[in-house]
Amino acid sequence: MTYVAKPRTHHPKLPRNELGLTRRDYEGAVSTLCAGCGHDSVSAAIIQACHELSIPAHRVAKLSGIGCSSKTPTYFLGKSHGFNSVHGRMPSVATGANMANRELYYIGISGDGDTASIGLGQFAHIVRRRINMTYVVDNNGTYGLTKGQFSATNDKGSTSKKGAPNLYEPIDLAMMAIQIGATFVARSFSGDKAQLVPLLKAALKHEGFAFLDVISPCVAFNNHNGSTKSYDYVRAHTEAMAVADLIPIHDEIRIDYAPGTVEDVAMPDGSTLRLHKLHGDYDPRDRVGAMDTLMRRAQAGEIATGLLYLDDDPSDCHEILNTVDGPLASLGEAELCPGSQRLEDINAAFR
Amino acid sequence: MKPTDIKNPDYFHKVVDCQWACPAHTPVPEYIRLISQERYTEAYMVNWDSNVFPGILGRTCDRPCEPACRRVRTEEKPVAICRLKRVAADHKGDIRDYLPRIPEQKNGKKIALIGAGPASLAVARDLMPMGYEVHVFERDAKAGGMMRSQIPAFRLPMDVLEEEVNLILDMGVVCHFGAEITSMQAILDQGFDAVFVGTGAPRGRDLDLPGRADAEPFIHLGIDWLASVAFGHTEKIEGKVVVLGGGNTAMDCCRTSRRLGAESVQVVVRSAFEVMKASEWEKEEAIAEGIPIINNRPPKSFVVEDGKLRGMYFECVEPVRQGDGRLKYEPTGEPDVFIECDHVLIAIGQDNHCPWIERDLGIEFDRWDCPVLDKETLQSGNPKIFFGGDAAFGPENIIWASAHAHKAAISIHLFCQGRDVKADRPPEGLNLVSQKMGMHEWSYDSEHDPAPRYHVPHADLAHSLANVKIEVELGFDRHLGAKEAQRCLNCDVQTVFTEKLCIECDACVDICPMDCITFTENAEESDLRQMLMAPADNLAQDLYVSDALVDTGRVMVKDEDVCLHCGLCAERCPTGAWDMQKSIINLPQVHA
Repeated sequence: MTYVAKPRTHHPKLPRNELGLTRRDYEGAVSTLCAGCGHDSVSAAIIQACHELSIPAHRVAKLSGIGCSSKTPTYFLGKSHGFNSVHGRMPSVATGANMANRELYYIGISGDGDTASIGLGQFAHIVRRRINMTYVVDNNGTYGLTKGQFSATNDKGSTSKKGAPNLYEPIDLAMMAIQIGATFVARSFSGDKAQLVPLLKAALKHEGFAFLDVISPCVAFNNHNGSTKSYDYVRAHTEAMAVADLIPIHDEIRIDYAPGTVEDVAMPDGSTLRLHKLHGDYDPRDRVGAMDTLMRRAQAGEIATGLLYLDDDPSDCHEILNTVDGPLASLGEAELCPGSQRLEDINAAFR
Repeated sequence: MKPTDIKNPDYFHKVVDCQWACPAHTPVPEYIRLISQERYTEAYMVNWDSNVFPGILGRTCDRPCEPACRRVRTEEKPVAICRLKRVAADHKGDIRDYLPRIPEQKNGKKIALIGAGPASLAVARDLMPMGYEVHVFERDAKAGGMMRSQIPAFRLPMDVLEEEVNLILDMGVVCHFGAEITSMQAILDQGFDAVFVGTGAPRGRDLDLPGRADAEPFIHLGIDWLASVAFGHTEKIEGKVVVLGGGNTAMDCCRTSRRLGAESVQVVVRSAFEVMKASEWEKEEAIAEGIPIINNRPPKSFVVEDGKLRGMYFECVEPVRQGDGRLKYEPTGEPDVFIECDHVLIAIGQDNHCPWIERDLGIEFDRWDCPVLDKETLQSGNPKIFFGGDAAFGPENIIWASAHAHKAAISIHLFCQGRDVKADRPPEGLNLVSQKMGMHEWSYDSEHDPAPRYHVPHADLAHSLANVKIEVELGFDRHLGAKEAQRCLNCDVQTVFTEKLCIECDACVDICPMDCITFTENAEESDLRQMLMAPADNLAQDLYVSDALVDTGRVMVKDEDVCLHCGLCAERCPTGAWDMQKSIINLPQVHA
């Protein structure tokens, strides 16, 4: 946490995106989280991803619940829309917003408490409904705001700062997301922006429900020996299964990889999603295989990261419900009030 | 790259761009902080210790520090370092208690200083507290040298000059003023233990063109003319004046002419405006006073009719940039221009001139009449004789004289003690002191102030043009001085990184407003410079590279180029791997 405002002055050679903006133009207010909090790195990664994708900030809605994680939307995309909702209820608000206006980018920020405890029911249903959004969980395995109790994602046997072990089984949110219908599921680490930023870009461009479980160490309460979500432990126990890279429309697609390790997926907007399979025969499009690998890795005390599951022909809630094409606010009187003859026809259909 | 050796004093010294660029290495951020705390006396003494003439330099310095200022790279205009020096001088209190004590019991060694300009005076300042008996020989009746004779009073008021000169003379220097020095042998015969020559570059360059001899009564050498104005021998100049030359002397000549009643004044320069040697602000002041500067006109001849100067012919050329970036002047083909004038002031440079030094004393002279010296010790071929200031390596400016003086004083001291002037020189040192005071408290103003450079108030133009002794620049008052001081980035408060504490959480990378910090695989410098958060294209600025980090084997690389020294990396670091530490660079002087 710092009281010193970040100077607006920036590096004179900072790259500008297609909108003529620098990364600094995507920042928000200065963070009030603890110094060294992983969540700040996630915010920085979101800033970088949105800048690189040249997303206009006013086309983004940031939604969050309650917790350290849910404070972070204040710290990125200061010129976007935002809704800091009730504890665990971000999915409802996101669903409503997305139903009303399908044309915005939706970034939901939640934590392991907000999603895996109080909001678990809401989480399960937004995944089922496949709201077109990027749902990020800043997962630190602890309740930082209330001084370090174990959260529901804390691994069994992992210890508190004082040394007491956690007695309960952890909830694996990535596994749940795959199981109940998310079409893009990834896991990453706040300390590895090289992996996180491309995943965020791919998730933002994914036209369906994209879920990112980001292990984000709590420096104040869960970064000690004995914790399985510390900077040291995560660095020593992660293995990327596959990673994704988004290649913009105009960029030349270069081929410089070993055969069988890379696959290009065309994205609806004309860009290309390049899948790098890093781990033998792990196929991120095999839903059952993904769940199998996640369980086996978890059992071995390892953390599988990267792009875990991808449905490259996703459907979203609007498609499922066959809703109107544009935002509700853009509908004119003719669409909203089709006239008495139309009402007659509908009524007649029920007779 | 190999890990940076931050124990080498030069590494962090270079980060303090202003101090590194200053020939005397004045600790600029240190005195600017003192000014912002209204501790003017201490700010003055920091300067006095390092450059000897803060009040004078605060008005006349060539300011090599300002183009070097990091602010030029992060924003646009440098901190007004020189004017802040003047703020310290203008507002200081009683400094007597801060001055070194002069021993009554002398150490038995007698030193002769030839010339009473800035170089000799600064040597006297350094040697007097050590108990030397110091004799100064000066051809003019008063001390000050070129500071008195060549810098007009509207830039440097007499009382400011006298105050700082007298501070040194009052230490008990033995003055031999008002007699031309004609023989070095004669000086040596007086039994001095060492001799320091600080006689400047006293000969103004002349222009041997057709008509020069006939025009003699109407032609004046710039520095001689300025001296005769300074000493009151010349009080007016009539008619149309042309000043030849593009340096600071030319600017002083034209502005002085304007004040002494010239009907019109113009400056004619052989080269292009942007390559003129005059300081930016001197050119601006001349232009602001309505003096035209005509460029790309090399002089061809003087026209004299009936014993009176009528004017001068100039060739018309234009600058053409060569492949190597240098300018070459080619004739434009236009006919020569005639500029009417009644007087010409020639200010096209000055040279060293030591006819009074016998050539059989062991001192070698090069073809510019400069002595051959050891650059570090300033000792000549005759081990007893040392040089400094313009007399050493040709015309420079006052701040160089101070810098030379410190070196020469050390050499003279070592020589008089029978020690080796080279091997026994005291080393440079570096001290790093953490500035952390508490959770979010630093002992310096870490917050970045984006304010543009403040303008310095000037005297009313009509009023200042009416009298050559009215100072043009009024200097910052306390309020403006405090505001300008806040623009300083505190580059001497260094970002110091401790590898073994780092957990690679990226907090510093994310918060750094200037994208200075990157954690990356190590590589060769040329590659590494392109692998950073922002490209490190300024090769004059170093990369600060850590040892390999424990967790990932990566290295921390910090590009020093545009760091604001805002301390946010240290604020955000959860483990204290970053700390803001003030670097105090100990540059040796005789007494330390």
